Amino acid sequence: MMKRVYSTISQLKPNVCIVGSGPAGFYCAQQILKLLPQSTVDIYEKLPVPFGLVRYGVAPDHPEVKNVINTFTKTGDNPRVNFYGNICLGQDISLGDLTNAYHAVVLTYGADNDKKLNIPGEDGKNIISARSFVGWYNGLPEDASLDLSLDCEEATILGQGNVAMDVARILLSPVDQLKSTDITEHSLEKLSTSRIKSVNLVGRRGALQVAFTIKEFREMTKLPHVQTVFRNEQLCGVHEASATLARPRKRLTELILKTSNPDESKSNCSKYFRPIFLRSPTEFKLNDNGAITGINFAVNRLEGPLDNQQALVTEDTELIPSGIAFRSIGYQSRCVDSDIPFNEKSCTVIPKEGEF
Amino acid sequence: MYRNIIKVSRGNVSHIRRIFSPSPPPSHFGLRRNYSNKTDQIKVTFKKHNGELITVSGKEGDSLLDVIVNNNLDFDGFGACEGTLTCSTCHVILKQEDYDKLPNRPTDEELDMLDLAYDLTDTSRLGCQVVLSKDLEGLTVQVPATVNDARSS
Repeated sequence: MMKRVYSTISQLKPNVCIVGSGPAGFYCAQQILKLLPQSTVDIYEKLPVPFGLVRYGVAPDHPEVKNVINTFTKTGDNPRVNFYGNICLGQDISLGDLTNAYHAVVLTYGADNDKKLNIPGEDGKNIISARSFVGWYNGLPEDASLDLSLDCEEATILGQGNVAMDVARILLSPVDQLKSTDITEHSLEKLSTSRIKSVNLVGRRGALQVAFTIKEFREMTKLPHVQTVFRNEQLCGVHEASATLARPRKRLTELILKTSNPDESKSNCSKYFRPIFLRSPTEFKLNDNGAITGINFAVNRLEGPLDNQQALVTEDTELIPSGIAFRSIGYQSRCVDSDIPFNEKSCTVIPKEGEF
Repeated sequence: MYRNIIKVSRGNVSHIRRIFSPSPPPSHFGLRRNYSNKTDQIKVTFKKHNGELITVSGKEGDSLLDVIVNNNLDFDGFGACEGTLTCSTCHVILKQEDYDKLPNRPTDEELDMLDLAYDLTDTSRLGCQVVLSKDLEGLTVQVPATVNDARSS
């Protein structure tokens, strides 16, 4: 009896299915192939082509970041791996089909819904989701016909993460520089007619809490003809606080302070990048055509210990004029199949023992 | 379709390598001995987080990332950007004396990427930026427990 059990186990060849062929899917496949030498892995992808955000999320002016595609391609070339494109979980195939057919199913389909601000005017014209804008310049099929106008001088990005930085950089980069990248033709055409001169990058908290990383910020400071302008009154006390920080945050803060110094001013600048702190959007101002003209913000103050400061709304407000706005405050996942145990509030899969 | 894209990014690799590769170490660096052809190989030991020691060799001028790739060492996630200074997955930790021995200090760009690595230390370097010289014979570096592929977009 025991013998039979053992022989069954030794003969078991796990068939694993991975839904989503972005970095998570491919890294997961690599580990399964390595740890289970008898296994086979089938990767399902909604789009016809693999690599998810490496292909459609990484900015076109960062081609080196996409080098990881070579490693993923090696994984894909493994005879134990199959790739099935153009198959959408919840539409073409159900979770039940997959759990019946495979020993294990791994969901790595990511988070393709952007979070909303839920403030008045949010559905107005030229209020764009940063995720869609990224998809638009990267050739994601569903964003090819994104309706936006760059016929204004001032743009505002809500959020201070690296996606927000990508959007700012694409808006402010000289078009000639973008021409040499594999950016989509339709976006290049639109960007070449852009009148945008100033891009605001607005966050709820202060300079010590920004989410963007130093590499992206340094890149902005080096963009030709673009001057980075801080509101220097918002940097009060930052220098004193920076002494106590761990190296990564300290170096980023020092670069922010160095950039804010007028001695660092670049000459011949025709465009401006303006990080603005301590503002929470409360309302989009729209004109008679329903298009955005500005954003109302509540002025925040920070409270709490330095390593965990929270933004608290004050009674002060500020209106920032803006002909286009980008919402870049994060993404959330979607429940694509009713059999997935899903927490609709946190937009995450509910973990169960044996399931991750 | 993506074959084309791969070709494009490979083209970029060599381009970017040219820009970012540190200049080769000075040829008279350190004590010069009479090595026969065979001893042109420089021994390097990688210490994994589980204590396992892996000793391999590389040529003068190779980066630690080259050594890892050429010897097919399987360090999870290592070298995702293929040595173009856009990720921190080839993070290694050196002993202070070895760190001090390296002819080039890390550039701002290397420090920017290291700042995103887990287990960052004052003697951390990116493997793609550490170039072997005879002076580094017998070098031992620590491979951190986890790599943080903190590349954004």
